[in-house]
Amino acid sequence: MQTELWNDAAGGFHPVSAPDFLPEARLQEVQLRRLRAVVGRAYAHVPLFRQRMEDLGLTPEAIGGLADIAKLPFTVKTDLRDTYPFGLFASSMGDVVRLHASSGTTGKPIVVAYTREDVEVWAEVMARTFAACGLHRGDILQNAFGYGLFTGGLGAHYGAEALGATVIPVSGGNTERQIMVLKDFGVSALCCTPSYFVHLIERAREVGVDLRELPLRVGVFGAEPWSDAMRAHIEAEAGVKAYDIYGLSEIIGPGVASECAVQDGLHVFEDHFYPEIIDPETCRPLPDGAEGELVLTTLSKKAMPMIRYRTRDITRIISEPCACGRSLRRIRRIGRRSDDMIIIRGVNVFPSQIEAALLEVEGTLPHYQIILTRERGLDQIAVEVEVTAEVFSDKIRALEAVRARLAQAIEHICGIRVDLRLVEPRTIARSEGKARRVIDQRNI
Amino acid sequence: MKLQQLSLFLENRPGRLGAPLEAIAAEGINLMTLSLADTAQFGILRLIVREWERAKQVLEHAGWVVNLTEVVAVDVPDRPGGLAEVLRVLESAGLNIEYMYAFSLRRGDKAILIFRFEDPDPAIDVLKTAGLHIVDAEELFSHFP
Repeated sequence: MQTELWNDAAGGFHPVSAPDFLPEARLQEVQLRRLRAVVGRAYAHVPLFRQRMEDLGLTPEAIGGLADIAKLPFTVKTDLRDTYPFGLFASSMGDVVRLHASSGTTGKPIVVAYTREDVEVWAEVMARTFAACGLHRGDILQNAFGYGLFTGGLGAHYGAEALGATVIPVSGGNTERQIMVLKDFGVSALCCTPSYFVHLIERAREVGVDLRELPLRVGVFGAEPWSDAMRAHIEAEAGVKAYDIYGLSEIIGPGVASECAVQDGLHVFEDHFYPEIIDPETCRPLPDGAEGELVLTTLSKKAMPMIRYRTRDITRIISEPCACGRSLRRIRRIGRRSDDMIIIRGVNVFPSQIEAALLEVEGTLPHYQIILTRERGLDQIAVEVEVTAEVFSDKIRALEAVRARLAQAIEHICGIRVDLRLVEPRTIARSEGKARRVIDQRNI
Repeated sequence: MKLQQLSLFLENRPGRLGAPLEAIAAEGINLMTLSLADTAQFGILRLIVREWERAKQVLEHAGWVVNLTEVVAVDVPDRPGGLAEVLRVLESAGLNIEYMYAFSLRRGDKAILIFRFEDPDPAIDVLKTAGLHIVDAEELFSHFP
């Protein structure tokens, strides 16, 4: 069983996958050694972490065993915002070779940093990701994750190169060109967001290209939640095996966890990222198998160690052995989050960002709601804003200008273009307690 | 010399126009005229009514956002070229029309032109100087029983 799932073209063992198969005791030894080092590093170089440790009366010596991780303070997304841009760095800029950024809870993005070693670890975990998805040297990978501040493009790029695959750095968008490359370059694997791939399938059909007839064999999908039904659709319509991968910029980018050929949960590369599940209300650790919020600690990151980072993603840890032979524990596919973050076309959007934009334009916060739909496989975001006496005018031009200003403010803050609709007063449902700001009709 | 015009925001979907008109009809308020400007997504309903204060109150009470604007009414002979003559006057004075609409009176041979200017007062002076007749509220509504 194992040899056929390992990924050397000759059917043998691929060295990149070696750490996936460590015996449990050996894995835990590596984890504990790295945990001690990273806690020591963060304590020495990150003032916020040191302060929190001191508040708890802790020093790095408190880590005697792996279970002691539960003593450590959590890190949350707002910590990155509050220390924007470089406050959580544990390396001097002289050792930082790369910065990426993703959207935060307000207008400011969160910034993440990598040393040369971090970039190497990232390439390694992404190479292991692609290996787990059945890629090997000789595969031609079309990388349709966006290249830029987003971690998806470059993360996948370096990983595929480390594996020895051939990377086509086509980046996101321009669907016609994607289809041409798929068709003409003999592409055997493609990575992008799942919703974009569904869009690509439909567009290909419209231009008379049947993806099932192409050499395309594997699809690697991440950066947004998707369902088993969507997987079945993709696999049937494109003739590929579709794999779910998981990651987040705060931890490293893509490459935190990946499905294997069994497609039953995602193996966490836990020699680099230590997973815990906590109750999001009480923050108490939960045993393997229990559903709760995923908390991750970067065991080997140098530039920006994250200690017990609360991902807000709800899942559970599967500790039972996997048929693929990997000893790494798995997490269930992420279906929902414990906060109100929306992931749309791979971009993180918080309702609070939309509010900030509306407030900026109107001066006061109008009633609004966010409506998410999926049209032709592509996620759409509409923001409905009730017209107030302050912005209403008898002139069409003036109202169109208000609409444009609102849409621009949202695009500026969230980095995403929305369909902004002005609606009549009192047409958005009022609720007693917390307003229901997001109507998700995507049926993920 | 100026008329009070009420404007309402409407979404551009079936049934939205009827609701405010029914609300003022239920109060026995008669419409002099109306105009509807629309985009693919929304519309603006503009109303001229005699009892505009009461109409505004009724509509606002029912939840609409109502905007009050001063507009200028000019009457012209209801024949070819009637409007063109007024436009020539405004054009030569360099006055910009935000928007306009027109209707004919039931009795008589007059058409009424309603103009929305950014600033109505200089426009009124120009129109008067050119010998055109500005219709005020009292005169306009005298055509109605």
